[in-house]
Amino acid sequence: MARTALLGRLDWQLGEVAELVPQTPRVASLVLDVPDWPGHLAGQHVDVRLTADDGYQAQRSYSIGSAPEDPHLEITVERLEDGEVSPYLVGEVRKGDKVELRGPIGGYFVWTAGDKRPLLLVAGGSGIVPLMSMIRHREHTGSSNPTRLLYSSRSYDDIIYRDELERLAAGGNGLAVAHTLTRMHPQDWRGYARRIDADMLAEVGWPKAEMPAVFVCGPTPMVESVASTLVDMGYDPATIKTERFGATGG
Amino acid sequence: MTIQQSDLKLDGNAIGGLLREIFTMEMTTAEGTCANCGQVHVVGQVVVYLNAPGAVVRCPSCDHVLMKIVQGRGRYWIDLTGVRVLEFSA
Repeated sequence: MARTALLGRLDWQLGEVAELVPQTPRVASLVLDVPDWPGHLAGQHVDVRLTADDGYQAQRSYSIGSAPEDPHLEITVERLEDGEVSPYLVGEVRKGDKVELRGPIGGYFVWTAGDKRPLLLVAGGSGIVPLMSMIRHREHTGSSNPTRLLYSSRSYDDIIYRDELERLAAGGNGLAVAHTLTRMHPQDWRGYARRIDADMLAEVGWPKAEMPAVFVCGPTPMVESVASTLVDMGYDPATIKTERFGATGG
Repeated sequence: MTIQQSDLKLDGNAIGGLLREIFTMEMTTAEGTCANCGQVHVVGQVVVYLNAPGAVVRCPSCDHVLMKIVQGRGRYWIDLTGVRVLEFSA
């Protein structure tokens, strides 16, 4: 089937769960087989809809974690105990189950490897997911675009994509990853152990003269704090793109 | 735990799907001019609350309501009085 145009109706379609990948005690990736997936850009999301037996429907947005080049569509979901959708997606759903979704959605919070500016990615919790799509896209395209990720998690066990990030950062093609743990950290922890602040952004980020492209994604208070700190530091607001996940990050 | 209004604050990325339904186009890169303060913002940057019976969209500069979108019973109700101009690629 020909790649459909970006314009036009956005229909619901079924994706089959090909694989479930536990990421942390509360977070899992769903690797989905979506026939006729039209392709996506790094940073876009899908809407997922669940329908109960009585017809009641609940819908949430989830960022795509896979790169455009990956054969499957991956979403990574944090289980919220009082949620309507995430407890089903993390805990109930099984390999082979069908999930109703539509997408890709969004054109603002996206990055393509053709953008040669240095990249500063700042994530809080599951806000890493769309940024991971960018990092994977960068890897797939062989880009050596200088890229720095600053990733804030509650604890070491809460770091999503931990092993993959470590492997990619060790690959020597210009990706640097810095972690900060805000609640608990191992005794021998050598990363940051506080909320993201101006000093940390100055150490990890690019000098503003380098004119980096900045993407910030996570819980709303964290995103707003990081974005306003960067503006106070003299970064051009037009180069900072943000995506807020609300209170809980997913 | 008390939920604060600021915790429920989202941005225009969260209504990309809803706007795509209505306009049949990618709208998070569209630019809207606030009817109150005149500032122009990309839809992806605007403030969005989804905890009301519909979506309430506010100006990030002056907090004026830009749009209210309610859907139900197979219909949409769209109040765009807070947007002076909405500009997007044809």
